[in-house]
Amino acid sequence: MSERRSMKAKLGGNVFKPDRERHINIKPGFEKDARLKAALFVCPAGLYSLNEEDEVVLDIDGCLECGTCRIACGTEVLDWNYPNGEAGVQFRFG
Amino acid sequence: MDKFDVIIVGAGLAGLSAAYVLAKEGIEVVIIERGDYPGAKNVTGGRLYVNPVRQYLPDIWDDAPLERHVTNEMVTMMSPDNSVSMRFRSDKFDQKPYHSYTVLRATFDRWLAAQAEKAGAMLVTKNRVDDVIKEQGKVIGVVTAGEELGADVVVACDGVLSFVAEKAGMIVPGQPRNFAVGLKEVIELPRTTLEDRFGLTGDEGVAQMFMGSLTQGRFGGGFLYTNKASVSLGMVVGIRDLIERKPGVEVHLLLDEFKERPEIVPLIKGGEPVEYSAHVIPEGGLAGLTPLFGDGILVAGDAAGFSLNMGITVRGMEFAIASGVMAARAIIEARAKNDFSASTLSCYQQFLENSFVMKDFRTFQHTPHVLDNSRFYGYYPQFAGKLLEDLYTVDSGPKAKISDTIRKNLSLGESLRMGKDLLGGLKI
Repeated sequence: MSERRSMKAKLGGNVFKPDRERHINIKPGFEKDARLKAALFVCPAGLYSLNEEDEVVLDIDGCLECGTCRIACGTEVLDWNYPNGEAGVQFRFG
Repeated sequence: MDKFDVIIVGAGLAGLSAAYVLAKEGIEVVIIERGDYPGAKNVTGGRLYVNPVRQYLPDIWDDAPLERHVTNEMVTMMSPDNSVSMRFRSDKFDQKPYHSYTVLRATFDRWLAAQAEKAGAMLVTKNRVDDVIKEQGKVIGVVTAGEELGADVVVACDGVLSFVAEKAGMIVPGQPRNFAVGLKEVIELPRTTLEDRFGLTGDEGVAQMFMGSLTQGRFGGGFLYTNKASVSLGMVVGIRDLIERKPGVEVHLLLDEFKERPEIVPLIKGGEPVEYSAHVIPEGGLAGLTPLFGDGILVAGDAAGFSLNMGITVRGMEFAIASGVMAARAIIEARAKNDFSASTLSCYQQFLENSFVMKDFRTFQHTPHVLDNSRFYGYYPQFAGKLLEDLYTVDSGPKAKISDTIRKNLSLGESLRMGKDLLGGLKI
């Protein structure tokens, strides 16, 4: 069996351009909302995690802009937008 | 406010196809794309079937930068410790014009954009459309980079989450049951290695679908497509199942485990992973389609929900191209009447109804329901694997009759459930 690559290594092969703001934010007060827990499982880049206070936190770096968390969690708990033009992932193969 | 005849949001297959047709008619059309280049934000599995769309974009296919024409179709049913594969190869699929090709979108979409620009379309990249401008209920333009741009018609080709259709008040954010997530790695291999490994001659390609234990009982499956010098390997999983099925699993771990299967390891050994991508896929079928037209607006491609699971194939790109072309034709008709109201633009729906697009959606309208059956992703692959394992096993004792081995693997209750699923399967 070949060695499993870390998510960091997987995402490291992609081209990302930094944005001047976070394009997805957890709405204040919803960090522990049950709907947000779905993000822990559905994000292909594994960017959602739980902190020691049991709140869901999002590390936006490496976002593939796939939209899965928006569908899974809903717009009541996530303030979701695409990155600004000229920012975010730029697929070279797609 | 600057005004164009038509504004198209999103330089994917729907938007670029619409732009190409409109530009050929001499209509002033601008495509606004948020990526650095067309295709920069687009993902496919992927394979494109050319036959359905050849007539909609005539004359361009000979030069299209497609990868390999698919001559080998494979289906693999996976259990936790075995798998059953079928490989179908056809000389017919190796004859020109080839009927389907593997494709990489960053290459293909850039090329299609160049064709649209050559025809006279204007392409603006690196610009996100932030809002839709409405006047008395009619869409009259968009806002991008703080600037207002007007148009007779706006075409929302901005993909599965269509913010344009949402801001125009045509849709609300989608429900998990109507969508899946696709994950993909592109893994480079030297051409000759790839051809030897997959048993391919020249530009022949293979398309392999996987179902069974890789999704751990969830709606979905895996895919492998050979490109010229790379493999597209990934999987698709229903979002509702990812949320609801216990125990929960992080979707990217499913892909890792799939890649570590002994069926996959030798295929990608020594390959160089060069990209990891993901995208939401509409899977709602006919019931998941959005409204297609409004006053001053049309919706095409994934934005409209035009992606269809047909059981052994999931198709989206042909519907995107055809719907883009038909949106353009509807606009041409509306221009002749100088009326861009919903009632005039409704001819778009009619064009789609008369084409393979809506016909396929109607033919396969029961597919999402039939496939929403965890037995397809668990029981059946395991049944097939266990049966073959027993049939092929020669133990130290005497070998059982084949009919007894089958009977042992298939109880009466299971046969009845299988009969019921088969009847359901007849609907698709």
